[in-house]
Amino acid sequence: MLHKLLRLPQGKWMLALYAVAAIALFCAPLYLSDFRLNLLAKFLAYAIVALGLDLIWGYTGILSLGHGVFFGLGGYAMAMYLKLTASGGRLPDFMEWSGLTALPWFWKPFNSFAFTVLAGILVPALLALILGYFTFRNRIKGVYFTILTQALVIITTTLFIGQQAYTGGTNGVTGYTKLFGYSIASPGTKTVLYLVTVAFLIAAFVLCRVLVKSRFGKVLRAINDGENRVRFIGYNPATYQMIAFSVSAGLAGLAGMLFVLHVGIISPSMMGIVPSIEMVLWVAIGGRGTLVGAALGAILLNSAKSVFSETYPDAWLFFMGALFVIVVVFLPKGAAGLFTQLKWFKRKEAGHEGADSVRYPAV
Amino acid sequence: MDVLILQLFNGISVSSILLLIALGLAITFGLMKVINMAHGELIMIGAYAAYMMQNLFQSYMPESAFNWYFVVAIPFSFAIAFVIGLLLETVLIRFLYGRPLDSLLATWGVGLMLQQLARTIFGAPNVGVTSPTWLDGGMTILGDVVLPYKRLFIIALVAVVLAAMYLYINRSHAGRRMRAVMQNREMAACLGISTRRVDAVTFAIGSGIAGIAGCALTLIGPIGPSLGTYYIVDAFMVVVLGGVGKLVGTVFGALGIGLSNTLFEYWTTASLGKVLVFLCIVAFLQWKPSGLIAMRTRSLD
Repeated sequence: MLHKLLRLPQGKWMLALYAVAAIALFCAPLYLSDFRLNLLAKFLAYAIVALGLDLIWGYTGILSLGHGVFFGLGGYAMAMYLKLTASGGRLPDFMEWSGLTALPWFWKPFNSFAFTVLAGILVPALLALILGYFTFRNRIKGVYFTILTQALVIITTTLFIGQQAYTGGTNGVTGYTKLFGYSIASPGTKTVLYLVTVAFLIAAFVLCRVLVKSRFGKVLRAINDGENRVRFIGYNPATYQMIAFSVSAGLAGLAGMLFVLHVGIISPSMMGIVPSIEMVLWVAIGGRGTLVGAALGAILLNSAKSVFSETYPDAWLFFMGALFVIVVVFLPKGAAGLFTQLKWFKRKEAGHEGADSVRYPAV
Repeated sequence: MDVLILQLFNGISVSSILLLIALGLAITFGLMKVINMAHGELIMIGAYAAYMMQNLFQSYMPESAFNWYFVVAIPFSFAIAFVIGLLLETVLIRFLYGRPLDSLLATWGVGLMLQQLARTIFGAPNVGVTSPTWLDGGMTILGDVVLPYKRLFIIALVAVVLAAMYLYINRSHAGRRMRAVMQNREMAACLGISTRRVDAVTFAIGSGIAGIAGCALTLIGPIGPSLGTYYIVDAFMVVVLGGVGKLVGTVFGALGIGLSNTLFEYWTTASLGKVLVFLCIVAFLQWKPSGLIAMRTRSLD
């Protein structure tokens, strides 16, 4: 019986599984309490970051430790819009405290919601494109790129903390309650926001899926396997890397906007070094190179964090540190890779090795 | 004129601290291609080693000997960090050679655990280390410019460490074996060099120098479990800017970042200065993508 089932084309089963997952997500307001729903909404926003990060790291092999910045920029964009509506034409409170008399020019366009949404996605994407242009084009890659992204995080957080009058400093931008006149804390609005997040997550998933299954995605994986060979074939890896990095940053920005709607605050500590590297851990745990794995990793790890870190905050840090080590050493493909690993072991035991176990030496 | 000299001195002082931290990285990252994010925590361990030595002297030695604790603390910090580095290499790092990004993540995890461990042992608040009295005060030049002895001492310490490293790498048998293994592992192994032992010792030396850096940092301010995280990214930038594989690149990288940081912060604000330095580094890498001093190689990864 099982054999027959397994012989069916894999795609149909996967599709059915995705459909079940999507329905389960959409129906979550029916069976989750408001508190849990809000948490899940936050984790789903994180899952969008994980998808983007997987695109650049899992598929293209470029590790970015700067996604906290892109996430934060999206978050700040949304927070600026909400703050301006909350202040109702007057100066936001923290600007008054810092002695500003007029709204800075770059705050003005954020009176428009459409502009805010566009900026929340395009500003991170553009920043990523610029950084990518100046690094990938010069073949600055691998660890050098990673270190540069980490430096980007440091300077952005320093800048946001330092320019208190314009960004709210360490406290960030908070103190707003209404979106389009609806209170963002009320259960009804929260449910709607949750559903919007689910919709965006599915859209992001489909977008990434289409990207990695397309010719574009094949080139990305080829870059991961051997960048120079791709170059010799006649592709320009830099273009592909830039686009992938930029899309990934845009997704992080989108996630940041959703995050602010769920949590009601954005501050430099949410875009710092530690959150940025935690994002990488989600993808590493779930499984780099599989989109579902990355998204699930974000949701599972954050659920675990919210359970454990409240009861045992000290043990959680130990646990997270150990998780980094274990995943890297024992599970390089993450939890999703565990299944393939097990499959491979079984096949080995059965005596006929799969073709994937044959490895040709590089070059 | 006075201001200029003072800024210049501050710049050199910042550079010397950056250099001391980056020297360890120049070995682990530059030679071994391991991104050791726990380097900052090794610095923290070195700093706490100095703190422990200070407490030991306070409790068990006559008061007159207290001033000399620092002289003992430097080798002690080196030894502690060396041993922990050796342990780290044996247990974890050796499985990660040739996978730099993975080594980054795994050592980040190690760093988290070490920080938490320090928090458990020494408590979360910062602790102060009393500097020896012979480092109080400063040298006065040109009438009213005061150069603190502590800063001068750190600059001298860096010079000594740098010279020792240069001699070790370029003039000793062990250093020759080290260079051989880093340049051509298979060939070195064929010639009878134990590459395992060389790897372990090299990593441990890099860690030990981090310990010395931590010891020096106790002169500047109070120390805490997250001491290393303030410096680690800057130190990596020094190595990236300087180019990997040569010590002289690291020296110029540190001078470049330290001096420009001080100058920009003097001209603008602290936060804007950092941004400007970052932009300068990215701009510089446009011109020389592999850093100031690059090892010539014809190999294509």
